[in-house]
Amino acid sequence: MATSSTKSGASFAESGADLELTGISKRFPGFTAIDSLDLQIPAGSFFALLGPSGCGKTTTLRLVAGLEEPTAGRILIGGKDVTDTKPFQRPVNTVFQSYALFPHMTILENVAFGLRRRRIRDAVAKAHEALALVELDHVSSRRPAQLSGGQQQRVALARAIVNRPALLLLDEPLGALDLKLRRQMQLELKAIQTEVGLTFLHVTHDQEEAMTMADTVAVMNKGRIEQMGAPEELYELPRTAFVANFLGQSNLFTGEVVAATADAITVDVGGVPVVVPRARSQRHSGEVAIGVRPEKVTLLTEAPLPQAGRNVFGPGRVTDVSFSGVSTQYLVEVPGAGELVVFAQNMVFGPVVQVGAEVWLSWNADHGFGLDDDPGTVPRFVPDASTESIAIQRRIALEEELEQA
Amino acid sequence: MRRRTKGLGLWIYTFIALAFLLIPIVYTFVFSFNDSGKLNIAWQGFTLEKWATVCTVQGLCEAFGNSILVGLTSTVLATALGTLIAIALVRYRFKARSAISLLLFLPMATPEVVLGAGLAAQFLTVGVEKGLGTIILAHTMFCISFVVVTVKARVASLDPALEEAGRDLYGSPGQVFWRITFPLLVPGIAAAALLSFALSFDDFIITNFNSGAVDTFPKFIYIAAARGIPAQVNVIASAVFLLAIVLVVVAQVSRAARAKRSSAS
Ligand SMILES: Nc1ncnc2c1ncn2[C@@H]1O[C@H](COP(=O)(O)OP(=O)(O)O)[C@@H](O)[C@H]1O
Ligand SMILES: [Mg+2]
Repeated sequence: MATSSTKSGASFAESGADLELTGISKRFPGFTAIDSLDLQIPAGSFFALLGPSGCGKTTTLRLVAGLEEPTAGRILIGGKDVTDTKPFQRPVNTVFQSYALFPHMTILENVAFGLRRRRIRDAVAKAHEALALVELDHVSSRRPAQLSGGQQQRVALARAIVNRPALLLLDEPLGALDLKLRRQMQLELKAIQTEVGLTFLHVTHDQEEAMTMADTVAVMNKGRIEQMGAPEELYELPRTAFVANFLGQSNLFTGEVVAATADAITVDVGGVPVVVPRARSQRHSGEVAIGVRPEKVTLLTEAPLPQAGRNVFGPGRVTDVSFSGVSTQYLVEVPGAGELVVFAQNMVFGPVVQVGAEVWLSWNADHGFGLDDDPGTVPRFVPDASTESIAIQRRIALEEELEQA
Repeated sequence: MRRRTKGLGLWIYTFIALAFLLIPIVYTFVFSFNDSGKLNIAWQGFTLEKWATVCTVQGLCEAFGNSILVGLTSTVLATALGTLIAIALVRYRFKARSAISLLLFLPMATPEVVLGAGLAAQFLTVGVEKGLGTIILAHTMFCISFVVVTVKARVASLDPALEEAGRDLYGSPGQVFWRITFPLLVPGIAAAALLSFALSFDDFIITNFNSGAVDTFPKFIYIAAARGIPAQVNVIASAVFLLAIVLVVVAQVSRAARAKRSSAS
């Protein structure tokens, strides 16, 4: 529905466009927020940029939207270099972290704002349509201040989506909502993205949200992308200690590579040989850091017989048991290896062992992973209340819910 | 019991304070109906004649017209310039920013006599003939500071994300200003304009230094006071006062109506 007279040159996108950032840096006086960032987002995908607060996520979005100029690098949208263009010339719209609804306009005027600026016909009808998509057409004559937080969030989404941007930027759009509403909005956002087929670049510090919604997740840390891939891939094969601990929990160890075959490397962890598949390791000689996810580890009350393809630690002592319904989390102190965390499904009633019990730990060697970090800088595993490795399970459950919805 | 006496004390205090504030206004209003001769000091009896013959007093209506003209012109100039300065000071980081902020306070802090005399000396040096133009210049100058201070507070409370959203939604810089920034600043700008007009309308000191032969309303009264102020002056003062009251009431009523409407929808 593009008119050739639009000043912006941007048109109603039939589908999303791909985004390419090459060598992007952003330096503020005395502070480097983004450091030579390379990023490719395929057209039509739901892409999540995940990272802790202050790592440069908002800055990245502002660069893409044109609200900030990069110190170096190029930005390409749909193959076209937009680095030197103004925000109103880019086929991009943003859902702001604070929503930024215009307080002096009605909801309808807010949503129609972008259409009117581009002189697109039937702006009012299209705005009503977008409001209907987020189920808020009945409040179209109200002012933003008369809406709840969740409603304002949806208006902000409608106001951006109505323009059919080739690329939609979402800056922690669900951050201000309570847990239940956030969950519901995660599903709705995902459904809307599938429906409109646009490219979504979603920024969040919530790993669960990123894993639930995105096709591809890029984990960002201190202005750099640490690792990028499908959520399953990031979870099953983290390449750095930061990713291993920011997405779920991990048991990390360091040690010398003492043997290497074509298929696997063997690492000496405090005197215990631990086998990791060569294909799942970033480094294959010298001091290395390796790890395994807590739910991959089995808890045994007797010493297992040595078995090819399984790594065994023990005996160790259970130092903490916390029961959480579906699963139980055990902390086990193993001499030489440190404290390990184990998640076990509750197949029987209650925990199988108590604090103080003597246990052995074992896991399939295929499940381990080797990190790219310098082993000297890898922190030993620190249990972190904010990270939960049940995110994968949550994602599967939510996807099922989505299919039924 | 103690409570009641305390309440009574408060009432008496309030009454005295209000009386203190209002007596000059009531006096002015009542004496606009005084059937006086040259001197309007003792009550001579009620008449509407002074209201009907306002402009028969030599120079009075002309002075009043000058005051309105100067007030409106310098308000428009000071409000426009001051608003732009306020936006620049809040939104942009530039070298002399804090220095300019400070300098803008100076005209407010300087005694008016000094300001008026200084300006008059400058006009003399440059050789500008005093008249309406110099009055407008002088008033614009001292009003700008007040506009900047008033509007700055409003700009500072404006979320920059709103303007960014406007740019993101394909608004050109001009459209973003007129459709987002300006409407959101209107309450501050209106307050600044009212303040400017009030300051300009009743300024005497600076005007007296820079007006040459031209009279404004305050200057007319000052000069007339030497011979006796005619009751027609009270008429104009009362009319201005009544107009101000009407404006305030209309504003309040329409605001209440708007609030009621938006809460009902
Ligand atoms: N205009 C600015 N001037 C200076 N530093 C800034 C500016 N904007 C952001 N920063 C800094 O850049 C870093 C990244 O900020 P931001 O992109 O907002 O992080 P995130 O959105 O990931 O929390 C922060 O440390 C922040 O303080
Ligand atoms: Mg942010």
